[in-house]
Amino acid sequence: MTADIAAILAIDGIATGAVYALVAIGTVLIFTVTRVIFIPFGDIAAFTALTLAALDARQLPGTVGLVVVLACMACLMEVVTLSRAGEFRALPKAVLGYLVLPLIVVGIVWLTMRFNPPMPARIALALLLIMPISPLLDRIVFRPIADASVLLLLTVSVALHFALVGLGLLFFGPEGVRTEPLTSMGMEIAGVHVSGQTMLILIAALVFSGLLFLFFDFTLLGKALRATAFNRTGARLMGIRPARAGTIAYLLGSLMAGVSGILIAPVNTIFYDSGFLLGLKAFVGAIVGGMTSYPGAALGAFGVGILESFASFQSSTLKDVIVFSLLIPVLLWRSLASQHSEEEVEE
Amino acid sequence: MRKMLSLTALIGGLIAAQTAQADITVGFVTSLSGPGSSIGIPYGRGIQAAMEYKSEVNGEKIRLIQLDDGSDPSAATRNARKLIEEEKVDVLIGTATAPSTIAMMAVATELKVPMIAVSPVTGQPNPADQWGISVPQPASLLVKVVADRMKRDAMKNIGYIGFSDAWGDLVYNGAKAVEAEDGIKVLTNERYARVDTSVTGQILKVLAARPDAVLIGGSGTQGALPLLALGERGFKGKTYGTVALVNPDFVRVGGKAAEGIQVSAGPVIVAEQLPDDHFAKKLALEFRAAFQKANNLPTTDGFSAYSFDGWRIFTNAAERALKTAKPGTTEFRKALRDEILNTKELSGVHAVYNFKPGAYHGVDERALVIVRLNNGAWTYQP
Repeated sequence: MTADIAAILAIDGIATGAVYALVAIGTVLIFTVTRVIFIPFGDIAAFTALTLAALDARQLPGTVGLVVVLACMACLMEVVTLSRAGEFRALPKAVLGYLVLPLIVVGIVWLTMRFNPPMPARIALALLLIMPISPLLDRIVFRPIADASVLLLLTVSVALHFALVGLGLLFFGPEGVRTEPLTSMGMEIAGVHVSGQTMLILIAALVFSGLLFLFFDFTLLGKALRATAFNRTGARLMGIRPARAGTIAYLLGSLMAGVSGILIAPVNTIFYDSGFLLGLKAFVGAIVGGMTSYPGAALGAFGVGILESFASFQSSTLKDVIVFSLLIPVLLWRSLASQHSEEEVEE
Repeated sequence: MRKMLSLTALIGGLIAAQTAQADITVGFVTSLSGPGSSIGIPYGRGIQAAMEYKSEVNGEKIRLIQLDDGSDPSAATRNARKLIEEEKVDVLIGTATAPSTIAMMAVATELKVPMIAVSPVTGQPNPADQWGISVPQPASLLVKVVADRMKRDAMKNIGYIGFSDAWGDLVYNGAKAVEAEDGIKVLTNERYARVDTSVTGQILKVLAARPDAVLIGGSGTQGALPLLALGERGFKGKTYGTVALVNPDFVRVGGKAAEGIQVSAGPVIVAEQLPDDHFAKKLALEFRAAFQKANNLPTTDGFSAYSFDGWRIFTNAAERALKTAKPGTTEFRKALRDEILNTKELSGVHAVYNFKPGAYHGVDERALVIVRLNNGAWTYQP
């Protein structure tokens, strides 16, 4: 191991870590607002990459089918729930939100595809198409059990991941994709070549972490989300709708996952089932940050990325073993050092 | 209730009548989902093409049952048991990944059903209790042919990077075996997982050993990952691989980085470039026609051809086994096993097969040609 190699590995690790950081921050965001550990997060990132690749190849992405199916299911559930409660006035709004809006998104993609849009437009389309998935899944799967324990929500989340992987295979097929690099620029930093793509990934991770920080501390909506996370009942008494807060968290989270998917697509081959490992490693990072702190999650994720990179050089066969073994000391330290919260005691 | 009972009886009678017709039943397992699906799906298409090519033996119809193992060895084991115990298959064919195939082979041996493996199987079977054979060229042969080519190209020091699974071991051990007997030296043994997204660390280690050439022990799309990393680091040496890399998506994902890689592959890959007197030429063109008819797609891979050759071995042995026993009986299974192990000079699209008890593989060096990737197309390199 020479200094050159260490520098290359560190840069590779930071680039991977930045992608994990984006996903980890999204995981923490959704967890703090809805108490759901959203395992399918990595899948959303992978689906974004696959969507972009399909758009690049001028094919209608499989995501379209996924969104349409989910929108119909969510709308049906919402209509049934409202009808049972006798709130017929709210029906048009529900149909508009859960069926018409996603369909409009699909329509936009379908129409613009004919004009062979340039790269930035394709990225925007891919993000637009991926955004509705998480909120719709939230409505179909998590809203009916919103008050359940964290453990139950986690179990459902894992099941949802497997369902999504199956759907991914159905809609995207078994082959991996790699998209065109967003930039072919590169620069020398201290004698090591750093690609523009790596810089982009880092910048995106930093910008998004910063934006989230500002959003939660300085906007009313952000504060409302935090209040929901802290105490659902209390927030409801103050006139905050937990359901809506959840939807917003999922939308924001999807955007983060989508961006990480777009960034990772040119550097790695992404398969329909690549998301799981991505999500899992980001989750390790989030746990290092205690599942509550954004900077902590980001730092943890960078740590995982760098550890993985060096582990792959030292002992490539044991790479994943090393990364996931990191969890054990971290969890021990966390459980010894932290106070148990009220909620866990109640459960 | 009574109605139900009589209905059940009727259906039961129908099923009994079905099996009484004594079709030959083939249980086929492949990976239609999971990480092995990029080669498992072609295997499935190959079987459809084989059915199209020959769907009866001596007037006996062949019934094909296909199951998906999700690239998971435990699912492959369950599938094999289900096919044997519930469907009463006469022969098993499968599957796309090496670990799952080895798992199925164990079930076939235990329950005494002949099995034709379409993935490489390692080890030495017990000649007295051997129920399976393996169609593909063994990794040792694949690597031997590549290593001979490396020697011809005057390559001395070889860097190795491959999957961290049975396939990676197979290729590495094959390379090591050649190292023992002649001039090449294998310097590194780097591994990565099929789902990995970066191999920068491993490639740095390979390059630190300063190899003349790099041998890739991956398969399908993910086999391109080391090549891309080598390209990024400006590696100027030659690259070599095995037939496991040959599929259109490898070429698509590898792009410029994969240009010039030389792999040892079955002749079917370059069927139309073969000389006219080559044993595989006519048959390969027939196979392609059947494949097109069955799947409405052109063939672009070498995997589907293994299914096809497996089918040829099975139908060829079944012709002889039918003379002594009826399908669906233990005698037939035993006869089929004996006849499969008695295959002599049967030409397929990949090889000329000769099986005998005590070895899984029945191919020789006629089964391999070297092909090179030129401008995104595989070209024959005699």
